[in-house]
Amino acid sequence: MSSSTTASDAWRVEVFKRTTIHDPEGDKALHEVHELGLEAITSIRVGHGYLLSPELDQSEASLIASELLTDPVLEEVKIFPPGIAPSPAPAGSRRVLVAPKPGVMDPIADSVTRIARRTGNGGSSFEVQTFRVFEMHGDAPTDELEKICRRTLANVTIDTLRIDREDLPFGAPKGHGETRGHVEVSMSALDDAGLEKLSVQGELSLTLMEMQEIQKFYKDLGREPSACELETLAQTWSEHCKHKTFAGLIDFVDHSKEGSPTERIDNLLKSTIKRATEELDVPWCVSVFHDNAGIIEFDAGYDISFKVETHNHPSAIDPYGGAGTGIGGVIRDILGVGLGARPIANTDAFFVGMPDMPMKDLPKGCMHPRRILRGVVGGVRDYGNRMGIPTISGGLWFDNRYVGNPLVYAGTVGLAKREFAHKTIEPGDLVVTLGGAVGRDGIHGATFSSIELTEDSEEDSASSVQIGNPIQEKRVLDAMLQARDRGLFRAVTDCGAGGLSSAVGEMGEEGGVDVDLAKVPLKYPGLASHEIWISEAQERMVLAVQPENIDELLALCASEDVAATVIGTFNDTKRLVVRDAGEVICDIEMAFLHDGTPRYLRHAVWTPPTVKDPGCPAPSSKGETYNSALLGIVGAPDVRSKEWIIRQYDHEVQGNTVIKPLVGAKSDAPGNGSVIKPLAESKKGVAIGCGANPRMGLLDPYAMAGSVIDEAMRNVVAVGGDPTHTAILDNFSWGNCAKPENLGSLVLASKACYDVAMAFGTPFISGKDSLNNEFRVGDETIIIPPTLLLSAMSVVQDVSTCVTMDAKEPGNLIYLVGETKQDMGASHYLHHLGLDGGRVPQPDLQRAPTILKAMHSAIHNGLVASCHDLSEGGLAVAAAEMAFGGGLGMDLHLSPMADPEGFMQGSDRDAVLLFSESCTRFLVEVTPGHAKAFEREFNAAGLEGIALPIGEVTAGSRLYMRGKDSADLIEIDIEDLRAAHTGGFKG
Amino acid sequence: MTNPKALVLRTAGINCDAETVRALDGAGAPTDLFHLSKMIAEPGRFDDYGILVIPGGFSYGDDVAAGRIFSAELVHNLSNELVNFVDRGGLVLGICNGFQVLVETGLLDSSVGKRTDRKIALYDNASMKFEARWVNLRSEESACPWLESGEIWPVPVAHAEGRFVCRDDETLTALKANGQVALRYVNPDGSTPGYPDCPNGAVEEIAGICDPTGRVLGLMPHPERNLLPWNHPQWTRMQARSEGEGAGFFRRLVDVAKSSIASPSI
Repeated sequence: MSSSTTASDAWRVEVFKRTTIHDPEGDKALHEVHELGLEAITSIRVGHGYLLSPELDQSEASLIASELLTDPVLEEVKIFPPGIAPSPAPAGSRRVLVAPKPGVMDPIADSVTRIARRTGNGGSSFEVQTFRVFEMHGDAPTDELEKICRRTLANVTIDTLRIDREDLPFGAPKGHGETRGHVEVSMSALDDAGLEKLSVQGELSLTLMEMQEIQKFYKDLGREPSACELETLAQTWSEHCKHKTFAGLIDFVDHSKEGSPTERIDNLLKSTIKRATEELDVPWCVSVFHDNAGIIEFDAGYDISFKVETHNHPSAIDPYGGAGTGIGGVIRDILGVGLGARPIANTDAFFVGMPDMPMKDLPKGCMHPRRILRGVVGGVRDYGNRMGIPTISGGLWFDNRYVGNPLVYAGTVGLAKREFAHKTIEPGDLVVTLGGAVGRDGIHGATFSSIELTEDSEEDSASSVQIGNPIQEKRVLDAMLQARDRGLFRAVTDCGAGGLSSAVGEMGEEGGVDVDLAKVPLKYPGLASHEIWISEAQERMVLAVQPENIDELLALCASEDVAATVIGTFNDTKRLVVRDAGEVICDIEMAFLHDGTPRYLRHAVWTPPTVKDPGCPAPSSKGETYNSALLGIVGAPDVRSKEWIIRQYDHEVQGNTVIKPLVGAKSDAPGNGSVIKPLAESKKGVAIGCGANPRMGLLDPYAMAGSVIDEAMRNVVAVGGDPTHTAILDNFSWGNCAKPENLGSLVLASKACYDVAMAFGTPFISGKDSLNNEFRVGDETIIIPPTLLLSAMSVVQDVSTCVTMDAKEPGNLIYLVGETKQDMGASHYLHHLGLDGGRVPQPDLQRAPTILKAMHSAIHNGLVASCHDLSEGGLAVAAAEMAFGGGLGMDLHLSPMADPEGFMQGSDRDAVLLFSESCTRFLVEVTPGHAKAFEREFNAAGLEGIALPIGEVTAGSRLYMRGKDSADLIEIDIEDLRAAHTGGFKG
Repeated sequence: MTNPKALVLRTAGINCDAETVRALDGAGAPTDLFHLSKMIAEPGRFDDYGILVIPGGFSYGDDVAAGRIFSAELVHNLSNELVNFVDRGGLVLGICNGFQVLVETGLLDSSVGKRTDRKIALYDNASMKFEARWVNLRSEESACPWLESGEIWPVPVAHAEGRFVCRDDETLTALKANGQVALRYVNPDGSTPGYPDCPNGAVEEIAGICDPTGRVLGLMPHPERNLLPWNHPQWTRMQARSEGEGAGFFRRLVDVAKSSIASPSI
C-alpha cells in the first residue's frame, strides 16, 4: 500500500471518539459508503482534524488541543508537530482526509481563530484550518475507494481529497498575481465574432446584441470600457438581475387556437402578474415588486413580508452549500426589505430526480438524486436552524428530468413595524458594508445562474460556489435590527448575486454613488479589483448611513462582533464611480447601467401535446384494485411523508408555531398549511402554504398555473387563513426560454396567473424566475418540466379558530365541499397505472372564490372539527390521511356525488370519484350539532349542494369508501395506510 | 417580597433569547437580555440578578462542539462571577445549547476550571440526526427546588447533540445519589421510552440534571416553546386551555428565586 508521508507545515491535531464511545459520524459514513456498493469497508471512525500555525510552541499547541478542541469525557487527541505526519494506516485499513480547499469558507476555523485569539492562545497571526479524517477498516482498491469518496464523503469542487496521503495544503489560496486598479478592455475594434469571444472568455454571459450595445455606448464616449465597467454591466444586465425575458417583447403563436393567431406581448411580467396586482389594488398591499420582498399589512402597526428565491445551479454543483446559501440569501432579502424585517419563518421546496434511480442510469456529470436531496436538506437545516428561524412549510417533488438540474427554492417571511416599510437615500449618506470579508467566493454567480449546465459544470464552475456561514449572518441580523430600531440608517439592501456591484449599483440608481474598493476588508490577498467588486462572499448587507450616525453604528457593530466598513458616499451625480488603488476603475451613467439593456424580441409558440386522453380505466384494467391503487398513491414519492426532512428542521424555534407541518394524534400526518403567531400581544396568525405540479405543467401550463394557485389557496384556507387577505408569490423555473416552445408555455402560465389572481382577488406581491434550467450531456439536452412554485401567505384573524386535518371524533359527519369532475390529467391515479394525458384540472373562476370564502367563514365561526384539502390523489388520499391522522376509521359513500358534466364514455365512474384531482375541494369533519349551520354557510353564499354529506367518522380503524349500492370500493386498515405513507427513502 | 430580576445571556448564534425573555417576563421576573461582551465589560452586573438563563441556539455555530466556545469565553472571563452567583443563592438555567454550555463550563459537575476532571458530556444523538419533536418529561425527585417531583409534562426538543453520557458508572451512581438527575424522558404513562420518545439515546433517558445544590439546572428540551395554549401539537384535539405547561415551569423558577437569593443589599 502506497503512502506519502509529506506532512503539512503546520501543527496537526486529530480528535477521535474514545474507542469505548459510539461514533455516530463513523456509522453514517459507513452507511453511505455501503449504499454505493463498497462493502469491503467494514468500519469507519471519523476524526476531526485541525491544522494550526507552525509558529505555536509545543505547550501552546497542546493547550489549544486540550482546552478547545477535545472533549475530556468523549474524545482522545493526537498532536503532531509541523512537518511530522501521522503514521500510515496499518495494513488492511486506509486513511482518507477531506479538507476545504484554500479560500473555501471554513466556519469552524473562523470560530476557533476568534476564540483562540480572544483567550490569548496564539497571536494575531494565528491561523487554523480544519479537515476530517476517515479511518477505514477493510481493503478496497484505491480507484474504487476514490470514486466512492468523491460521490459521498468529499465534494472535490470545494474539498481537497487525500487517500493515504497526508499533504494537506495550509495557508491562504495562491493569488493569480492580479493587479489592483484600472484595466482597459479593448473592444472598439472587435467584430461580432470578437465580441462574442470576449463575452465567453470573460464569463460575462452577455449576448452579441448586448455586447454591440456596449461597444456602441463606449464608441460614442470615445473611450474603451474598463474591466470593472464590463463586469458591472454583465452583472446588472444578467437574466438573474434584469429578467430580460419577462420584460422583453414576445411574439406568441398559439397553435391550440383556430388559425394559430400571433399576439405581440410587451413585457410579459407587467401585462400579466404585475397587472393583476395593479388592477386589484387591494388596500392592504404596502410594497410590491420593487423592493427585496413583497410587504402586506398584518395587524395594527405591523406588516409581514415574504420572498421566495431559486438557487438551482449552485445546488447542482454543491447541494449542501448551494441550498444553504440559497436560504441565507433569501433571509437577507427579508433583512433588506424596507429598513429590514425580522425573519419569522422559512419555507423550502425541492424538485429532484427519483430517489431509486439506478446508478447506471445516472447521466455523466450528475450527482445521484439521493445525494442531492440529502445535501439540500442538510443545507437548509444547518442554515435555518442556526439562524433561529423556523422552517415551517415546504414541498418535495420527484421527476427524472430534474436529475442534472435540480430545483431548490427557499423562502423567508418577515415581520416589521409599518414605519420600517420604506427606505430613502440622501446625497451625503455613507455607503457602509456590514458582515464578512471578501474572498473569491461565488465569482460570476449572477451570470452563472443564467447559463445551461453541462456535464463539465461541476469542474468548470468551482468559483461559482458559495459556502455560507450562518452565524456570521446571525451576527449581522442582531446588529442590523438594533441599528434599525435606533434609526441609525436610512436604507439597506443585501449583497446577493453580483455582490457589491449589484447592491451598490441598485442603491445608487436614483442619485449616484462613489465607492473605494481599497477600503473593503479581504479574506486574503491576491484579488483583482473587479473580483472584489463582484464577489458573492456571503452574509453581507449594504447600508446608507447618515454621517451623524456613523460613530454610533460602528460602536454597535463592534459590540456585536460584526465588521462594519465605510466604503463610499451616495451623491447626486447620477453616476456609478468605483475607485481602487488610487484610480477610477469604473465611471458609468446610472441611466445606461440600469436602462441601457437592449430589449429582445423573442418568439414563443404553444403546440398542445399530442398525447391522447386515456379516459379513466378501472384499476382492474392494470391488474389492480381500488385498495392497491390507493396504497400505491399514498406511498408515492411525491405524496408520502416528508417527516424525515421536517424533523431535521427546527420548525418551532421562536415559540410561535401554532399549526405545525405535521399534525394528528401521532403528529405524523401531512398538514395543509402551517400557522405562526408572531406577536405576543395579538391572536392574529400568518398561514403559509404552497402549490406546484410539474406533470400538469407538461400537459397544460395554463391549467397547471390555475391549479397550483388554487392548491396554495386551499392550503392556507384549510387551516383558517382568510382568502380575502392572502398574497401570493410566483417562482418560475423553466427550460431555456430562448427556445420558442419553452417560452410558449411560460406565456400561457403567466396568462393564467393574471386570470386566476383577478378572479380570486389575490395579488401577487413578489416573484422570481429562473429560465435556463437544462442539462446537456453529450448531444442530449434534458429540459426540466415547466415548474411554477406558487407560495401563499394569508392572515388568520384568530389562531384559536385554526383547524387541522386529522379526524377528531367518531360520529362526526364528513362533508365533501366542491365539485368533482373528470380532471384526471397528470393525476396520481393515471400515473400509478402508467398512463399519461387527460384534462388537467383548473379552478372554476366563477365559483371557486366563493367556495373559499364560505369555507373560511365556516372555519372562522367554529363550525369545523377538521378540514383537509383535496389535492394529489384526490378524495381517496385525503380521506386516508384524515383517518390515519386521527387514528380513526371512516365510512364514506360516493353515491350522492354528482357528475355535473357527465364522465367520459368508457371511464370508470368510481375511479374518477375516488381519484380525480379537481380543484377547490375540501373534505370537512363537522359535529352533528353544527351540520345545519355549516350547510347554511354555503347556501347563504349561493352554493346550494356544494357541501355534500358523504359519511361519518367511525370508532374502528378501517376506512370504507363505498360506491353504487354501497358496494365496497375501498376497505383498508388505517395502520396499513400509515405504513404506506411513512415508508420509502428517508435520507 | 419582590420578584428577583433575571438575566438572559446571549452571544453570536444564540437564537432562543426572545422567547426565553418572554417566558421569564411572563412568570413575573423583570428580565434583561445582554450580550456576553457587555457582561465581560461590566462583570459587577451579575449582582443585580437572582436568575441567570443561558438560552438555546447555536452559539458560535456549534463549531468544534456544541457550547464549547461560549463556555470557553465564560470560563476564561467570568468563572469567579459564575461560581459566586451560585454560592450566594442565584439560580442558573441552561436550555438546550445553554445546557451544553453549562456542561462544558463544569458548573454542573463541580469541575469549573478543571476541564480534565469533567465527568459528564452531551454528544451526537444516537439517531445521527437533528430531532425536532415533542416528548414527555418526568420531573424526578432531585435537589432542584423548583421542579415538582413526579409531574409528567410535554415539551418540544430540537437538537442534534443531546445524548447525555457519564464518564463511568460511578459518576452515574453519584449523580443519582446526590439528587442531580432532575428530568427524564418518559412515555405519557411514566414508563421508559425508546426512540423517538427518548430522542437522543441518553443514558437512563436523562433529559436534565442539576448541580449538587440544585440551583443550577440544565435540560435539553425547550419549556419556553410551550407557553401558549396553542403550542402543543395536539391542541386542536384538546379542550380549550389557558396556557402551555412551560409557563408553570418558569413561574416556579421565579417563585423559588425569591427565597433562594441572598439579597445583594444585605
